[in-house]
Amino acid sequence: MTLSRNLGLGLAFLALALMYALPAIAPRAIVQDLFGILTLLVLAMNWNMLAGFAGLVSVGQQAFVGIGAYAMFAAIILLGLDPLLGVLIGGLAAAAFSIPMAFFAFRLNGAYFAIGTWVVADIARLAISQWKALGGGTGTSLPKGTARDMAFVDQIKEMLDVSSAAAADALTYWLMLTLAVAMLAASYLFLRSRMGLGLQAIRDNENAARSVGVDPVKLKALVFLLTAFGTGLCGALAFIQITRVTPDAAFSVIDWTAFVIFITVIGGIGTLPGPIVGVVVFYALQRALADYGTIYLIVLGCLGIAVMLFARRGLWGLFTDRTGIDLLPLTHRPPQPAARHPKAPRAA
Amino acid sequence: MTALLSIAGLTAHYGDFQALFGVDLTLDQGQTIAIIGANGAGKTTLMRAITGVARVTAGTVTLDGEDITRHPAPDILTRGIAMVPEGRRLFPSLTVEENLMIGAHARTGNGFWTLDRVQALFPILKDRRHNPGTALSGGQQQMVAIGRALMSNPRVLLCDELSLGLAPVVIKEIYAAFPQIKDSGTSIIVVEQDIGQALRVADHVHCMMEGRITLSGRPADLSRDAIHDAYFGVSHA
Amino acid sequence: MILIDTLAQGLLLGGLYALFAAGLSLVFGIMRLVNLAHGDLIILGAYLILTLTTLTGLHPFLSVLLAAPLMFALGWLLQTHLLNRVLGTDILPPLLVTFGLSVVIQNGLLEAFTADSRKLSAGSIEAQSLDLGIVTLGVMPLLTFASAVAVVFALNLLFYRTALGRAFRATSDDATTAQLMGIRPQRIFAMATGIALVVATIAALYLGTRANFDPSIGPARLLYAFEAVIIGGLGSLWGTLAGGIVIGMAQAIGASINPEWQILSGHVAFVLVLLIRPRGLFPRAND
Repeated sequence: MTLSRNLGLGLAFLALALMYALPAIAPRAIVQDLFGILTLLVLAMNWNMLAGFAGLVSVGQQAFVGIGAYAMFAAIILLGLDPLLGVLIGGLAAAAFSIPMAFFAFRLNGAYFAIGTWVVADIARLAISQWKALGGGTGTSLPKGTARDMAFVDQIKEMLDVSSAAAADALTYWLMLTLAVAMLAASYLFLRSRMGLGLQAIRDNENAARSVGVDPVKLKALVFLLTAFGTGLCGALAFIQITRVTPDAAFSVIDWTAFVIFITVIGGIGTLPGPIVGVVVFYALQRALADYGTIYLIVLGCLGIAVMLFARRGLWGLFTDRTGIDLLPLTHRPPQPAARHPKAPRAA
Repeated sequence: MTALLSIAGLTAHYGDFQALFGVDLTLDQGQTIAIIGANGAGKTTLMRAITGVARVTAGTVTLDGEDITRHPAPDILTRGIAMVPEGRRLFPSLTVEENLMIGAHARTGNGFWTLDRVQALFPILKDRRHNPGTALSGGQQQMVAIGRALMSNPRVLLCDELSLGLAPVVIKEIYAAFPQIKDSGTSIIVVEQDIGQALRVADHVHCMMEGRITLSGRPADLSRDAIHDAYFGVSHA
Repeated sequence: MILIDTLAQGLLLGGLYALFAAGLSLVFGIMRLVNLAHGDLIILGAYLILTLTTLTGLHPFLSVLLAAPLMFALGWLLQTHLLNRVLGTDILPPLLVTFGLSVVIQNGLLEAFTADSRKLSAGSIEAQSLDLGIVTLGVMPLLTFASAVAVVFALNLLFYRTALGRAFRATSDDATTAQLMGIRPQRIFAMATGIALVVATIAALYLGTRANFDPSIGPARLLYAFEAVIIGGLGSLWGTLAGGIVIGMAQAIGASINPEWQILSGHVAFVLVLLIRPRGLFPRAND
């Protein structure tokens, strides 16, 4: 079991190295495709932390994507800042927005939290539609050449010997890849920390966790804030690539939340590798059914329902159950007793 | 004569714990039996296993020659076993009268027990019929729970811990209704911690300990000491 | 004068939202299920009425009579074969299953009916209005509001005056003990969802005659409906009507100031009410 686990981790590192090298060896279209996949992966990992580990089923993650994107646009267009700084501002703006959002949504229990976050995201969309400096309801575009003028683009252009546009693609791709890796590593470390174990204890039994001194609200609020930051960064970065922002696109519940939910559920909610598996399945489906319009959405919905009915921990859960291999185990193994003695019969 | 209800080798779990270990029991038509025992002896699990609420892992429950083991709870009720659950479990959103009426939810034919007869048995339930069930005193709530079970016109009535938390005078008032219930042709199993009350009401007493029946007999034949020992698990040397 | 007119329009709009919400409120009250596909099921109902109207040539008001039993059957089947399997203490499975259902219905409608806007034509009644002296109100909005009141009244009768309603309440209180009364909770739930979809069909009729609809507008109706349910207080049907009116009035007032603010004002009213009264206006005592 350890051997197969080491083998698995070795393969994962090899794949990761290959992914970092990709812009140097693969055509631009593939880099752009992968950027899209990584965007969904980062969003899915964030949502998985929220729903799968903190028990916060948010249907309002598009709020953070949209606010991240708009803050980034504002930083570039209104303040003339570098896009990379804009991305950071996007993340911070999303995190800042998550505080009043949590203040409101945390009053709603369980299922109603889902609707509450959805309403708040819709409020954010409608409010931003009123922001005339950024185009109001019709949105706005990044000034021509913004991506080319980003920091590090010239160096990358020389290093890879490609066009400025391709260099900008490579840069955003590397950043998204790094964000994904950082997110995975941070989730793993967080979940194995004292706080993370507390979070999982809450998920399993809130009252029991409370009685051993874990404050559920505080921990959940922290996860909500951090995932808002991650989602905001991701949204801002995604819109550098897209170059044009509208309220409907930036706050799309289908693009930024529904897909993400299905990816996580199909891959395995509450498991760390789940979103990775899910995003691969999602991409394959999208490719295979590309010619059939919205059929892939129907298939995706049905798959999500089937997973909930028959395999609640998704494809990854099925895999670990069948093989016993868990690449990123979250439980601390209890020390094995040297030998088990059968219980001595009680004297009468 | 075959028994009305017979239980053979019944094994059941309460959550992950095994709570019953091969219990055998029979109830004849018109008979009243009492099951006594300390907390955790498995009495409630036995009642829940008979009514299809607890998970039965082995053994059989037979009603009037028909195997009803592991039948769903609503099915067991329609076949004629009704329960007064521990803690009464009245429906808080229903009035006293509605709590009684809901007992007849699955009833198809006519029978002795009607709303009028139940209200005649416990007159207070008529006076308080529009109150929420849970606004009544403990004893009155117990009367509602008994009346609710009778409304299905059961062949077998299971009463789980009727006297729990009630004052002796109230307990007496409730048990005063038993002769009438017996006269209606209903066979009864009562689960009691109050040994004295159990001995007074029952034709036959079984004592349970740690999921097994450890002592059985007619009240007159059981010595105080034997019951005491069976109850508290003191072994005879 | 204009204010009164605005408030009257808002009140009547609130009736429509209450219709969106009543089925949701019923289902939540009985089984604590939050159905994220409710909005899409309303839109599905509208397309069903449209199809029946086209096929039979009947007036939409008569087509509803054909559509309602079909929707009841759909609700029954959905609950029996899908939702009953995921009900439990974990809220995640029912949420995700109904979310999946929402996406499936939306895109299924898109495949079947394209993204084109459609409308149910009620004929000359659409143009008629009633002059009440201070305000003039359209007959259709008045009919919508009257239907909402009638639906809430009927559901309350069902809930508090019938054997089925008694079983609804008992199951909602304590499903295990209800089984000891011979009640089969799964059947009770199937019945409740069936009835909820009948109400959704009535909502669909007014939605479709009042304005254009297309497959994508379900989630927005879901949000209005939820706002109405939560503002009203969970499980209270009259509260749901009041909640619908609050949203309708807030939207009408917002729209009268700036048309772009209509939806936003409704959402803001929702947030405000919840900040002041976290359990809604008329919370049920034993929740």
